[in-house]
Amino acid sequence: MSGLKDTGHLFRFAGLFVLAFLVFLVVRSYVVPKTFGEYGHYRGAAIGEIASRPVKFAGHQTCETCHTDIADTKTKGAHAHVNCEACHGALAAHADDPTSVTPAKPDTAVLCARCHTASAAKPVGFPQVDPADHSGGVPCETCHNPHSPVIGSDSGASTAKGGAK
Amino acid sequence: MSGVEGYMYPNEVTLYWSVLIVLYPFITGLVAGAFILASLERVFRVEAVKPTYRLALLTALAFLLDAPLPLQLHLGHPERSPEMYFTPHSTSAMAMFGYVYLWYLMAVLVFEIWLDYRRDIVLMSQQSKGVMRLIYKVMTLGSSNISERALHIDDKVGWIVTLVGIPSAFLLHGYVGFIFGSIKANPWWSSPLMPVVFIFSAMASGIAAVMLLYMATTKLRGQKIDMRCVDTIAMYMFYIFIIDFSLEMLDLVHRVYEADESFRSLNFMVHTKLYFSQIVVQIFVGTLVPLILLFLTQVVKLPEVVRKRIFVLSGCLILISVFAMRWNVVIGGQLFSKSFLGYTTYKMELVTREGLLAAAGLTILPLLFLWALVKLLPPWPDKSLHEAATGD
Amino acid sequence: MNISRRHLLILLPAAAVAWKHVLAGTPEDSPNYQMSEHWWGMLIDIPKCIGCGNCVRACQTENDVPDGFFRTWVERYHRTDWHLENPEVISPDGGKEGFPVVQAGEEGKFFFVPKMCNHCADSPCTQVCPVGATFVTPDGVVLIDQTYCLGCAYCVQACPYGCRYIHPTKKVADKCTLCYHRITKGLTTACCEACPTGARQLADLKNPNDPIHEFLKTHTVQVLKPQMATGAKAFYNGLDGSVR
Repeated sequence: MSGLKDTGHLFRFAGLFVLAFLVFLVVRSYVVPKTFGEYGHYRGAAIGEIASRPVKFAGHQTCETCHTDIADTKTKGAHAHVNCEACHGALAAHADDPTSVTPAKPDTAVLCARCHTASAAKPVGFPQVDPADHSGGVPCETCHNPHSPVIGSDSGASTAKGGAK
Repeated sequence: MSGVEGYMYPNEVTLYWSVLIVLYPFITGLVAGAFILASLERVFRVEAVKPTYRLALLTALAFLLDAPLPLQLHLGHPERSPEMYFTPHSTSAMAMFGYVYLWYLMAVLVFEIWLDYRRDIVLMSQQSKGVMRLIYKVMTLGSSNISERALHIDDKVGWIVTLVGIPSAFLLHGYVGFIFGSIKANPWWSSPLMPVVFIFSAMASGIAAVMLLYMATTKLRGQKIDMRCVDTIAMYMFYIFIIDFSLEMLDLVHRVYEADESFRSLNFMVHTKLYFSQIVVQIFVGTLVPLILLFLTQVVKLPEVVRKRIFVLSGCLILISVFAMRWNVVIGGQLFSKSFLGYTTYKMELVTREGLLAAAGLTILPLLFLWALVKLLPPWPDKSLHEAATGD
Repeated sequence: MNISRRHLLILLPAAAVAWKHVLAGTPEDSPNYQMSEHWWGMLIDIPKCIGCGNCVRACQTENDVPDGFFRTWVERYHRTDWHLENPEVISPDGGKEGFPVVQAGEEGKFFFVPKMCNHCADSPCTQVCPVGATFVTPDGVVLIDQTYCLGCAYCVQACPYGCRYIHPTKKVADKCTLCYHRITKGLTTACCEACPTGARQLADLKNPNDPIHEFLKTHTVQVLKPQMATGAKAFYNGLDGSVR
């Protein structure tokens, strides 16, 4: 049709679009990460990267591999389901290199009070006391074995210590 | 926690969307509104507004070029923003908006401006010297065909582009409204009315902006303002703003009536934290005053000087009101807790990347872009091409 | 108690080997972990929570959570009588160091609510991410690819539970990962490991032996904001109607 004669400039403009689109496709093939779309609309390799972050808490099963005596004491007592690192803090570093990394002994004045300070907000039936009234400043482990805290339920206060030597 | 009343979820205390995110819908709104004004003449044959046609297009382009900048300053990693084009997530309104923006910029605005100005560009490429000659030559895309038939084809194609451009403009700004309106987690935002309210307030603000720019530039050039043009623009601005106001009132009445679980918290927020920006600025000063003033110009025959003053005042107040609306939506949506039990404070900084100065700068920048565009592609119909071509 | 030197010589290498296993591998390659065999969630037992803050501290340690932001936090509710709509809620520093003591005799009901990412099956945060930086893994965990995230904070706005934030130095979105790096190695999450009362327990809904199945049969459970239909997988036992 003769009308196309004076439309050259429009085709040039359209051509710009086509060119830009092609450049876009080429750049895209380089830039988009290879694992993108592997499992969904995201970079599949991210899953593995996130999963391989370092672990800081060893987990109680690992502690119990070495500290079997403590574990035995604990399973019979009221703290049976209180995991080691809930009180002793993150110790994967110690599990990784037990002789060089030695955990600090927790300060019972702070530690025990966190859970057991009486408050009307806490569930009824949960063992709680007013620390000042209860012991008058005497350290908790004087009477309670932290690994089996009910008095009389276990061999007594002196079995509180439990590190591998 | 400083600035917190009642209870906020701990991660909610900081506002993550700053004044820059307020600025962004305001600017894209001006784009959409300016384009609708241009389309009034091109498609709907409202001949009275023709003097503003080219200015409206250049204004739209100037603001559209500025629009991504507040977003880039806001992003934690702006260098990764091309990811939105390479791997857009089809369920994300924000990602789809990236393509709508690109479509609107290239296939609508730039295309239409190029088609309308092509004759001038070719002439200027032949008459100018030095760097400017090269720039104009590139803009011709190597074609110097400005025969009558070619120009006639340009006109027809341009008409189609404008026609397509109208729903594109609605899509451009409606999408921004949908970005907020589709968030079910936030009851201040979540509403099917949101895109519609955004579109109508955008139109009002864009039309006001072009009207003010037309009046200012005409004055600066020492020319006489075409009152028939300005009267017509003001009339459209008035009716569109009435629709916008009605929609916002509908939203308000609906909220008050249904009074769902969020109502008490939001109502308290509007009456305290947003009292100045919403009740005083957006509603009373920014909406009721210009509506009353413009209504007067529609029913009473007022002298030209009075009408001009009313139009300028109303235009400014409408711009302020629409900005306040964006503020109330974006900032307001983050001031209350999603627990409905508390409020936080927006601590707007001054000189940081997302601070007030950055926002002010990005508001002024499009005017600089417009100045450059006006120099490059003069919209004034009475300037001879010879004069225009001897620019720097 | 003393571990004798001989005992130690036997135990240490065994522990070392076990530990290496624990640290090994990427989940999709590891023969031990198949994503398709798991569908992770969490059980939170409100009547057991004592507000000690162990979980908040453990999470911060395990995941290097920056101060002032929280991947998990604990709220304390005070509901006075029948006023379900306006409880008094506090979360001092996310409950990290516990809560102030409440004297006996106070009116109303007090309880603690641990909060975290709900790892929604129909996650609204995933829906709005413009680039695919946040996603639901095939085993049901919502994660963030922090090398891909733009830091636009759209996901933060879209989360109904307030569990996301923008990391102050990395400038990308951050949130609870359900300790993905632990659960894919057979460990439990840091918060569950540290919880002294068993108020938080990891649940694998695809594992027929997981205790959650029995629990779900014998208790009344809820999710937060069920009206949002997010498919939340943090199940709460004993959730009061006043909880927001």
